[in-house]
Amino acid sequence: MYINKLNTHIIPFKFEYHAPKSVEEAVELLSRYGEEASILAGGTDLLVKMKQRVIEPKHIIDIKRIKDLTGIREEEDGIHIGAATKLRTLERSKLIEEKLPVLHEAVITMGSVQIRNMATIGGNLCNASPSADAATPLLALNAEAKIVGSEGERIIPLEEFFIGPGKTALKPDEMLAEVISPYLPENAGTSFMKIGWTDFDIATVNLAVILKLEGEVVDECRIALGGCAPTPIRVHKAEEFLRGKKLTDEVLEEAANIVSGHVRPRARWRRAPPEYRRAVSRALTIDALTIARKRIEGLEVNRGED
Amino acid sequence: MRIRFKLNGREVEAEVEPNTLLLNLLREQFHLTGAKYGCGIGECGACTVLLDGEPILSCLTLAVEVDGREVTTIEGLAGDGELHPLQRAFLEEGAVQCGFCTPGMILTAKALLEENPNPSEDEIREYLKGNLCRCTGYVNIVKAVKKAAEEMAG
Repeated sequence: MYINKLNTHIIPFKFEYHAPKSVEEAVELLSRYGEEASILAGGTDLLVKMKQRVIEPKHIIDIKRIKDLTGIREEEDGIHIGAATKLRTLERSKLIEEKLPVLHEAVITMGSVQIRNMATIGGNLCNASPSADAATPLLALNAEAKIVGSEGERIIPLEEFFIGPGKTALKPDEMLAEVISPYLPENAGTSFMKIGWTDFDIATVNLAVILKLEGEVVDECRIALGGCAPTPIRVHKAEEFLRGKKLTDEVLEEAANIVSGHVRPRARWRRAPPEYRRAVSRALTIDALTIARKRIEGLEVNRGED
Repeated sequence: MRIRFKLNGREVEAEVEPNTLLLNLLREQFHLTGAKYGCGIGECGACTVLLDGEPILSCLTLAVEVDGREVTTIEGLAGDGELHPLQRAFLEEGAVQCGFCTPGMILTAKALLEENPNPSEDEIREYLKGNLCRCTGYVNIVKAVKKAAEEMAG
């Protein structure tokens, strides 16, 4: 059947709307309706897909009225962010800005003010775009996903949460409840960078770096790359290569080559060919590492500098 | 489904389907045609309204989601026949050409000025980047927002 994806005036099919007040109630609905249900958080991805009939859920479970799913908490093991917390709340949070600057730097690049007033952190992760902008900083932060379902609760590393484009480790009766991000190592420098069609477009390639130096030598480096593989990924090979090395131009080049070597072309890439993504991921690696180092040295760095 | 919400300061009720979009509810049931259907996918900002004071996209919001909340459209901005300073500044600075983006542009600018009463040009452009205008080239829009900010500061 021909579907006109340009008619986005209406949602062209019927569904039942549910607005549970508690996580238990939401899980109950999920286990009752399984794959016929979709969770509605901000709606900025879901409603577009519904208008275009990419998906046609029979049940919509709106989780925005569940208080337990929103908010930012400082705990011993890290910062806990409710899945339905809006991007705008993260943007305005001094706690996020100070403790998780790499996440803050990513969030402020996501969409427009309107989009950030609607979109949620959990929605960005569950939508599981390979270039989700919240995913790369959280992967670099070693964040975990707290998942609830009819069988109870489980916590998995975010690295195991993404399993393919638009696919997560969530079972049909499960939902993401919280993201838990450990604190940064002391004196770490961080950087998030992205390249997209326009300033507020989804990234074509994005990259997050967390760097810790011991003198001039890399003590620990974490690199997460988006838009280059079926999921956002950690580039462990480059991280291992950098450990114990001085960040000379040659070392930066080699690290960048390792990162760009992780570009795995997908048949559905229409927006930018693999060569472009390789070139961009190489450049972003060098820039992000350089900026992270400058930040350790206490230098102010503006986004987009050189 | 029956919903109740505050619309431009007035308590209202409406009967909506779950798949009714807020934009279509406003335009078709309440005949408030200020908010426009532009792209339908969250890129142009023409459908911007204020939900509890914050700019959101009414074309990507289900009508049922606003139950119990407060919606402001461009029609709710002028009080007692007196234009809002932003509306006046847009007219005076020639920040309106075809007018399609104007309601969204003004509502987003209103939220900006409430958050930041004295924004720089960069801050204005950053805040308004989700509202596309194909006529003005934005220069007069930025001027109008600055002018309104000055006027509102007194």
